[in-house]
Amino acid sequence: MAYLLKGVSILGASPTDLYIADGVISDKPVDGAEVIDAAGLVALPGLVDVHTHLREPGREDAETVDTGSRAAALGGYTAVCAMANTSPVADTAGVVEQVWRLGREAGLVDVQPIGAVTVGLAGKQMAELGAMATSAANVRIFSDDGFCVADPKLMRRALEYVKAFDGVIAQHAEEPRLTEGAQMHEGEVSTRLGLTGWPAVAEEAIIARDVLLAEHVGSRLHVCHVSTAGSVEVLRQAKARGVRVTAEVTPHHLLLTDELAAGYDPVFKVNPPLRTRKDVEALRRALLDGVIDVVATDHAPHAVQDKECEWSYARPGMLGLETALPIVLSVFGPQWDLIADRMSIAPARIAGLDGHGGDLTKAGTPANLTLVDPSVQRVVDPAELASRSRNTPYAGMTLPGRIVATFLRGEATVLDGKAVK
Amino acid sequence: MIKHLRSAADLDADTATLILDTAAEMAALSGREVKKLPALRGRTVVNLFYEDSTRTRISFEAAAKRLSADVINFSAKGSSVSKGESLKDTALTLQAMGADAVVIRHSASGAPHRLANWVEGSVVNAGDGTHEHPTQALLDAYTMRSRLGRLDGLKVAIVGDVLHSRVARSNILLLSTLGARVTVVGPPTLIPLDLTDKAQVSYDLDAVLPDSDVVMMLRVQTERMQDSYFPSAREYSRRYGLDVPRLRKLPEHAIVMHPGPMNRGMEIAPEVADSPRSTIVEQVANGVSVRMAVLYLLLGGK
Ligand SMILES: [Zn+2]
Repeated sequence: MAYLLKGVSILGASPTDLYIADGVISDKPVDGAEVIDAAGLVALPGLVDVHTHLREPGREDAETVDTGSRAAALGGYTAVCAMANTSPVADTAGVVEQVWRLGREAGLVDVQPIGAVTVGLAGKQMAELGAMATSAANVRIFSDDGFCVADPKLMRRALEYVKAFDGVIAQHAEEPRLTEGAQMHEGEVSTRLGLTGWPAVAEEAIIARDVLLAEHVGSRLHVCHVSTAGSVEVLRQAKARGVRVTAEVTPHHLLLTDELAAGYDPVFKVNPPLRTRKDVEALRRALLDGVIDVVATDHAPHAVQDKECEWSYARPGMLGLETALPIVLSVFGPQWDLIADRMSIAPARIAGLDGHGGDLTKAGTPANLTLVDPSVQRVVDPAELASRSRNTPYAGMTLPGRIVATFLRGEATVLDGKAVK
Repeated sequence: MIKHLRSAADLDADTATLILDTAAEMAALSGREVKKLPALRGRTVVNLFYEDSTRTRISFEAAAKRLSADVINFSAKGSSVSKGESLKDTALTLQAMGADAVVIRHSASGAPHRLANWVEGSVVNAGDGTHEHPTQALLDAYTMRSRLGRLDGLKVAIVGDVLHSRVARSNILLLSTLGARVTVVGPPTLIPLDLTDKAQVSYDLDAVLPDSDVVMMLRVQTERMQDSYFPSAREYSRRYGLDVPRLRKLPEHAIVMHPGPMNRGMEIAPEVADSPRSTIVEQVANGVSVRMAVLYLLLGGK
């Protein structure tokens, strides 16, 4: 199928006509192209999420590769990296290939599996990283996300080992001894609520250690969901020294604070926890100045019973795929170049996803893109979400921006704001 | 009147004072021969206890019965999140039973807040995790007022494991609402880093005692030792235990309180616990009157 996006604004530039044919951007008119009236719509390279939990295999009651892919496409994504903390854990070539194949079958976004760093995420023995790298899933990012690779020797070895296939370790930075029983950010609110605190230093200490390790062995490090002002400073110094470190921030850490825990509604429970206003402001500045490279959703679907309970029994995590772009728009406004870089170009580079995050003004660029109507304000209704779960912290919030269409290699995955399948 | 008592922060000075005054009336009535009042006849009070606490449960049960309420004891002890019924399902069951008030004790902080979303009746927090225990703070305030005649301007030292203490949290809130001045005392490891400005902090018990009207000793669990909060029971006791020499440092009128259960020899010496300055036995008796007042007022008893 060929398309003509009539009057579209590429990254906020003046309206133009954009042709899509044979899976790529075309610079010449194509006969028989389906015309989409794109006046007022902004084209962005398809968004890329380096941190998604799709829950399959194991917790298909919370999300599947299929439902998560649909949520992603509706959120403007053309590629998502699926975290390894499934059941069984994605710590073998077999499991990552299964997830990769399910992604292909769903056909709505490119599902790029992330492999576990250690067997069973147990932090003891290195998983067969090479086998996952050379599997059909072509794994490049490895992470024990949900758990920190806390053992410094094991972390050093993993950082070194993946150099052989240009891999990267994505660290969930949380010193486990400092967060035993932790329920929320350690601070005035946790003291008031009587919930065990998760101190900022538990994140900062691991990031500081890991940038030193990465520097020592000359490896790449990626830091998941940076959540504190102190972490930003550690990263700023490391980058200034030339350490090969990249970092992500979630939409929720760019918007929400620990005060939301006051009603004990576990929809606001997440790991790392929501922090303070000061942290939120530091994270926003860091994303603007590039100390933080990307926005990643940490989309974490959970079944109703895992959230409709006591705070300390609830699982941590919140939905993110369908609201990420509206949140970023609401925080930063229509800074389209910034948004394209932090949500598509940079994450595609970190994940090694060729064909994503391409230049839409160039003929021959793979047609992975999304069309946004920035003039629309929408109220988040959990019941309308495509995810199988409902644990969005944004219910009832009015957010700017509507994803009108998404294209994966020239095929529409979303049209008129609806998934095509 | 407020509907729920989930936190001492639910109480403003007028409401708290009304509860204490009502408790005094209840105490006077309980002193008479007929101990039952018809105030809550036909109303149902459920004691929903997820944690063993016989003393608190018995206190609430006695309070409800003296007001002629029907009492249902629902012990959910041992039920965990993975096994057994969820709090929400239990709440819906209690709702169907027509509970007018649910008194909840739970090891998870905030459980009463969650419960209040799911039941129509009043929720009374009888201790939730390391959060609060507001009726304990009310009975402590009642005891202080009975012994010392006032709360406004009283200097209260709360000593021990403030970090994990629901009693301390509720007392700090309630006492500051009622005009008392609270100082928390303990090893820095057991004092939260970001304590409210409603309390002063001291690490030196000997310095605080001479200027205190009330010293409230908190229970310190010896397991905290394993988690490096302090090196040994002996060192804890030497630095923060209330023994006879320390008792002598208090002004003559000052009283010694403990919410119980005590670790005699750890945070409090037996001679101190049993001294005339100790209000520990009175606290138990006052607990029933205060809980009668809470149930009576929350349920709009006539
Ligand atoms: Zn994580």
